[in-house]
Amino acid sequence: MNFASFEFLAFLAVLTLVYFLVPKKVQWIVLLLGSVVFYAFAGFVSFFFLLFAIVISYITVQILGKRIESLKKYLEETKTTLTKDERKAYRAKHKNTSLVILCIGIFVMTLSLVYVKYLSSMIGFKITERGISFGKYALEIMGISYYTFISIGYMIDVYRERAAVERNFFRHALFVSFFPQLAMGPISRYADTGEQLKATHSFDAKEAWCGFLRILWGFFKKLVVADAIAPAIGFIVSQKLGGIYFILLCLFYSIRIYGDFTGGIDIVLGSAQILGIKLPENFNRPFSSKSTAEYWNRWHMTMGNWFTNYIFYPLSLTKTMQKLSKWGRAKLGTGVGKRLPVYTATIITWLATGLWHGIAWNFVVWGLLNGVVILISQELNPLYEKFRARFPKLWNSAPYQSFMAVRTFLLMSLIRVFDCYCDVPLTFDRFFSTFYTFNIGEIFKGGLLELNVSLTQYIVIAVGIVIMTAVSRLSAEKPLREVLWGKPILGNAIMAILCIAILVFGSYGLGFDASAFIYGGTFN
Amino acid sequence: MKKFIRIISFVCALLIVLGAVICFGAVLQDARHDNREAHLLCGYYDTTDPHDVIFIGDCEVYEGFIPATLFEEYGITSFVRGSSQQTVWQSYHILAETLEKETPRAVVFNVLALHYGETPLEAISRMAIEDMEWSEHKLDAIKASMTDEESLLSYFLPILRYHARWSELDSDDFKHAFDKHVDITHQGYLMQTDIDPVDTSDTRKPDDLLNTALPKRAMEYLDKMTALCREKGIELILVKAPTNSVRYYWYPEWDAQIVDYAEENGLAYYSMVGKDEEIGLDWSQDTYDKGLHLNVFGAEKVTSYFGKILAENHGLTDHRDDAELSAIWEERINSYYNERGEK
Repeated sequence: MNFASFEFLAFLAVLTLVYFLVPKKVQWIVLLLGSVVFYAFAGFVSFFFLLFAIVISYITVQILGKRIESLKKYLEETKTTLTKDERKAYRAKHKNTSLVILCIGIFVMTLSLVYVKYLSSMIGFKITERGISFGKYALEIMGISYYTFISIGYMIDVYRERAAVERNFFRHALFVSFFPQLAMGPISRYADTGEQLKATHSFDAKEAWCGFLRILWGFFKKLVVADAIAPAIGFIVSQKLGGIYFILLCLFYSIRIYGDFTGGIDIVLGSAQILGIKLPENFNRPFSSKSTAEYWNRWHMTMGNWFTNYIFYPLSLTKTMQKLSKWGRAKLGTGVGKRLPVYTATIITWLATGLWHGIAWNFVVWGLLNGVVILISQELNPLYEKFRARFPKLWNSAPYQSFMAVRTFLLMSLIRVFDCYCDVPLTFDRFFSTFYTFNIGEIFKGGLLELNVSLTQYIVIAVGIVIMTAVSRLSAEKPLREVLWGKPILGNAIMAILCIAILVFGSYGLGFDASAFIYGGTFN
Repeated sequence: MKKFIRIISFVCALLIVLGAVICFGAVLQDARHDNREAHLLCGYYDTTDPHDVIFIGDCEVYEGFIPATLFEEYGITSFVRGSSQQTVWQSYHILAETLEKETPRAVVFNVLALHYGETPLEAISRMAIEDMEWSEHKLDAIKASMTDEESLLSYFLPILRYHARWSELDSDDFKHAFDKHVDITHQGYLMQTDIDPVDTSDTRKPDDLLNTALPKRAMEYLDKMTALCREKGIELILVKAPTNSVRYYWYPEWDAQIVDYAEENGLAYYSMVGKDEEIGLDWSQDTYDKGLHLNVFGAEKVTSYFGKILAENHGLTDHRDDAELSAIWEERINSYYNERGEK
């Protein structure tokens, strides 16, 4: 079920009605059934993989939970009989066994993800009327990256004793499979949603109205802006246009992925908000970032947090890294030795982030480029600080701040363009074409209108971008929808205008084929 | 007080959206009204007099049979309920709608569309269906005709289908958005007066048939039409209008199946394919688009030829002595000749 569809809106409306009509103690069951229905649209095989993830993570979490309890109990009982060192040794041994169990759980979950995303195209299967047929059938399993990461995160949090163990299998299933976050995230942690999903919720008009407005806003970004510019991107890529068109591609693709992904997340978070569930935010005005590091703290935040918490930090603290640091200090000097483990962990983390998006060279290069740019940026930081100290007025001036934001936007747009071609040499080739193909005049002589987007559509897209920018700025302190809740006439007028704008200017229905979300489709 | 304002403004916003959806939908839908073939079915709803014969089918029907000529020459009252690329399932539902209003002596169904196993073009199918008045039959016709990409909701809310046309709107679209559809036909006949002869240098040959069997779905709907007519005591007559086009080649394999079907079901079947000489058709004069369709001159010849068959073989009454009916039809015949003469 696509979020940008009437089916989803109808599904959400029915679910909301039932959710608030049933006795509160069974609300979580309604959510679980809703998630099952939502997922059932993806087919039996998808449902099987989700169930597999639920069962594996449940078993792992239960074993870890039991071990934590037994450890605590043992330590309590032996408080007086064992020495401090003996207790420490016992705890370490116990923890090691738990770590093995955790690793087995993570391995099985990861194996399932790796099989679906990378191996099924070689040894896949499909279910036909005659039974199961094996062959090169690349599996498309909705949301497997997201629920696998949610489950692994939960297992690690339980191991670290930072999350409670959910004993009820069905409540655990709800945490892993809560439907709004399955298609494109956010990647929530148990601390974010676990308790909320168990709690009872009364209908709250403010939450429902704000949630609905957020859904509309998501539709606007997705259908009026992102999907409208998609044909131009497709045309530039398919025709392998270079020069000024490559620069346009970078800009257009940034606009598209922003509208598509943030719009989709708005629909997800708005849907959950109507039901009284607050999912973690995934974006915080990313295009206002002044540096690459800041950008990644504002873009796809839950993914960034996940990789930081579960890959970067554990990796940085491994014995191997400590040895590497020691070796570096001895052979290459203190400065390099100090940086070596952090930089190695950064590059590995970004490589993993790239591979999470897909097993292709463009994702590898994309991940590595992000890591390298962040590291260079960090190395240049002392220089920036000197500049800042020397010219504080200039640094704090609006034009310089804007310059930094534009610089970051352009840099990220350039790195992101690897997604478009899915071909590393071709991307570099088209990039270098900007240095020897001087065709800027073409776009003023009708070239823009030959990209399968009409003048009126460009005008709508431009107006859409202006509105998106304005809303982003106005929401810096507090979400605009919450401000509008306090001004009902204006708020409802904007709601009506949004509805009409989406219905008239939206790219949906026959003749449009871009309604599937980029992150929901490619990065399942 | 604020709560009250909140509720009232919310309800107002919903009403504004609803109003905009209806108004924009009507305006955007109207943007296709320049197309004459979007007005072929609506005329029937204004008729009150009964008909001896109802013609059902596609372009070969609404550009091939002229009710005015049929009355003028044989005194047979008729109406054509044809539309562009009308599929058999659309024909069935249009027939069911027609038979709820009247019980003609005979229904003439043109068999060309029997080779369609699914709706060929969404835009054309929709154009025809949207000209029908809302009823259970229209709903059934929509459901039967919908392609996989379509949604039923878009038939109730045309904005969902036509929204992309907002940039093509002109003032006329706003002016006529809520006008009732205008009947531009002569009892369902769409007049074409241009002459564009068959291109004799075109030596293309029809494609070989991969599957000679007529689609199962089409034949099932033909069964339904047969059963419906039988139930109402109406004679169903099958006909194949003349063809002179590679694009609409009528394969002998198809014809043989219709012959068998007609025999099995006790129906009359008249194929006019290959009977140009008998009919008097001259493809250098009687077509307006290189032989794909007949113009008014060709249609008059076909109607005369087929009218004779109807009168002689099916015992249809000559109403030319009926003063009341003659008066009604005289007006229609005059209107027909007015347009024919004007052009």
